[in-house]
Amino acid sequence: MNRDSLIDARPDDSANSTLAVHAGEARQKLADSITDPIVCASTFTFDNTQSVIDYIEQKQPREEYGRYGNPGEKIVEEKLASLEGGEEAILFASGMAAIVGLFMSKLNAGDEVVFFDECYHRSREFCSKHLARFGVVTRQVPACDYDAMEAAITPNTRLLVSESPTNPHLSIVDLERFAAIGKRHKVETLIDATLATPYNVRPLTYGVDYVLHSVTKYLAGHNDLLAGVIVGSHEQLDSIRNLRGIMGAVNSAHNIYLLQRGLKTFALRMERHNQNGQAVAEFLAAHPRVEKVYYPGLPSHRDHTIANNTMRGFGGLVTFLVKQADWKETARIVDAVTVPRIAPSLGGVESLIEQPLVMSYYECTPQERRQFGIPDNMIRLSCGIENSDDLIQDLTQAFNA
Amino acid sequence: MKFRTRAIHVGNQKDPETGAVVPPVHFASTFVQPGAGEWGNFDYSRSGNPTRQNVEQTLASLEGGAGALAFTSGMAATHCATMLLKEGDHLLAGTDIYGGTYRLLQHVIRSSGVDVSLADSTQLEMLEQAFKPNTRLVWIETPGNPLMSITDIAACAELAHRHGALLAVDNTFATPALTRPLEAGADLVMHSATKYLGGHSDLLAGVLVAGSQKLHEQLYFLQNACGAVLSPLESFLLSRGLKTLELRVHEQCKTAQQLAQWLNRDARVKRVLYPGLPEHPGHALAKNQMQGGFGAMLTFEIAGDLAKTKQVAEATQLFQLAVSLGAVESLIEQPATMSHASYDPSDRAAHGITDSLIRLSVGLEDLEDLRADLDQALNA
Repeated sequence: MNRDSLIDARPDDSANSTLAVHAGEARQKLADSITDPIVCASTFTFDNTQSVIDYIEQKQPREEYGRYGNPGEKIVEEKLASLEGGEEAILFASGMAAIVGLFMSKLNAGDEVVFFDECYHRSREFCSKHLARFGVVTRQVPACDYDAMEAAITPNTRLLVSESPTNPHLSIVDLERFAAIGKRHKVETLIDATLATPYNVRPLTYGVDYVLHSVTKYLAGHNDLLAGVIVGSHEQLDSIRNLRGIMGAVNSAHNIYLLQRGLKTFALRMERHNQNGQAVAEFLAAHPRVEKVYYPGLPSHRDHTIANNTMRGFGGLVTFLVKQADWKETARIVDAVTVPRIAPSLGGVESLIEQPLVMSYYECTPQERRQFGIPDNMIRLSCGIENSDDLIQDLTQAFNA
Repeated sequence: MKFRTRAIHVGNQKDPETGAVVPPVHFASTFVQPGAGEWGNFDYSRSGNPTRQNVEQTLASLEGGAGALAFTSGMAATHCATMLLKEGDHLLAGTDIYGGTYRLLQHVIRSSGVDVSLADSTQLEMLEQAFKPNTRLVWIETPGNPLMSITDIAACAELAHRHGALLAVDNTFATPALTRPLEAGADLVMHSATKYLGGHSDLLAGVLVAGSQKLHEQLYFLQNACGAVLSPLESFLLSRGLKTLELRVHEQCKTAQQLAQWLNRDARVKRVLYPGLPEHPGHALAKNQMQGGFGAMLTFEIAGDLAKTKQVAEATQLFQLAVSLGAVESLIEQPATMSHASYDPSDRAAHGITDSLIRLSVGLEDLEDLRADLDQALNA
């Protein structure tokens, strides 16, 4: 399928099912098969010395060695770039490998990064513990406090980073404003849009420089593989691709195939995740045992207006607080559900549930948890694509258990 | 639990050892036993494999059966079902059936001494007249292939049982997302799971789901004896595909319905065979027998000869020219030269499979993209 012809035809419709099925794929494939082959080769052979020289002199683009790329990976990168409406995508072995790859290729000693503070704790940990060792300074400012972000920028600032929606509070960043701050100060911007996916929002269209995904989540969608991706312009991604070739955090050929297969139903799954997330959030908001629901699709959410104006739907992740419950009482509800399984991660067809205090912040002090906004009675539910009546019925019995 | 929830959770219990949310794929050909003459749950992968068993549990739940068996292909599943018969038995099949089934019945089963005859299963009187005292198995397909005829499953079950025969239904086109034949009284359901159940054009598989434990055990004996069992990797991929089955099928039905209505109004098209159209002879029955859509297969006849038909089928840019069906990618084919080439030419003519038929398998692409593609191809 000629990706460009589809993109040009409808630049605003990223959720297009046709792209999910066909983008990046040749119409006529090896052996005329309808699906792309899994190329398990660790290395790729040359006909003769001249063909090696032609490759090195960049006269003949082709594969060389598995760590630099794989034919299946190129197809999926093309598909993801096309879904995001970006020039290029680079796949990594996990979401963390992707963000580390970007930081390592873009930042030098003395450089500074400014972060919105609601974020995946491992991203934060990498900055504070590891980037610091290489002399990179990380400044955190409260999520969606644009003035604080702008004030934190110094002549050494190289990158502004945020998630949108954030995890687990589901705050929504005003992407236009965020990108404009970067442009004004000539600082690059990165949005981790894992919880949104290109079905719901495409940050590049707002002028953001890089979009990052833990592909493990909605894009792959079946809770059965790990992957990460960065999407942006050819020029800006070039150094990241070079570094990836050296660091080696690449995907196996088998993993790539499962990802490609998962992407075929991406638009369909997202539509259902959005519906289930909204239905469950509305149910929880009306439930007497719930103190608060964090879901951008609810009018009560702080960022509802901006979410409504920029997003097609709000995903399957719903965070809520149990009324007058300590951590043990909250855990009893988590333990009583029967459809969602207790596990970290999100975005797959199977619903998952977790108590952030236990799953991700158990080793933090109560004061740190307060600082990160993780109360003891918080539950995070990743709605899968099951029937929403089943999920609601299950939550009802868990509250009554 | 509802259908879609069961498709995701039944047969996919978390791994007790690691907690893995997706059960591991067991590639083992053999299993270590507790002692000589003592048997564990699994002994040899032909007789049973944990990954295959998982997907069989899902399939049994979706069809509402007593048990399911997964085979290497739809034809392997059909063949296993026909092995229930012995020399001198009679098998009665509908006329609007898959070409490969026709070939198996006419050229393989028949030569092992089983009497085979075909009758139009949409005409119950004609079907009843074709019963013989030794009729043991009735085989129907609904919607039929390639004419999309609709057969009344409940009525056929009643007929078959009155004559002491079993009713088997090839449910490939409808899938359990739309029709569950066992609930209508059928004894056995067969699937080419290569199609909608797998759904991604990347595996071959067949399925038998039996309504009773007794029939399931008979078929299990035959499967184990003959050995056409589904591999662990294909079992995993099939299970993964089932998780989005209902979403895919409902979406594909919606698109097919709209394409059928559009083609039906087009002067370049002579007639459209789609059960979702009110003028389709099986429409009323389909409305009752299929819940949530009329399927995503549609056949139409163009105003043109074999050569013109071939030209149209070859001119699409998005629909790809290939046999098979039921996947995320839309496919187009000419039954006379492709899917039903294995029919004898005289039978092809007798059963209404003309040279100007085109069969579409509607995938997950956007309706507008597919319609534009057909529009330009019809002008080719």
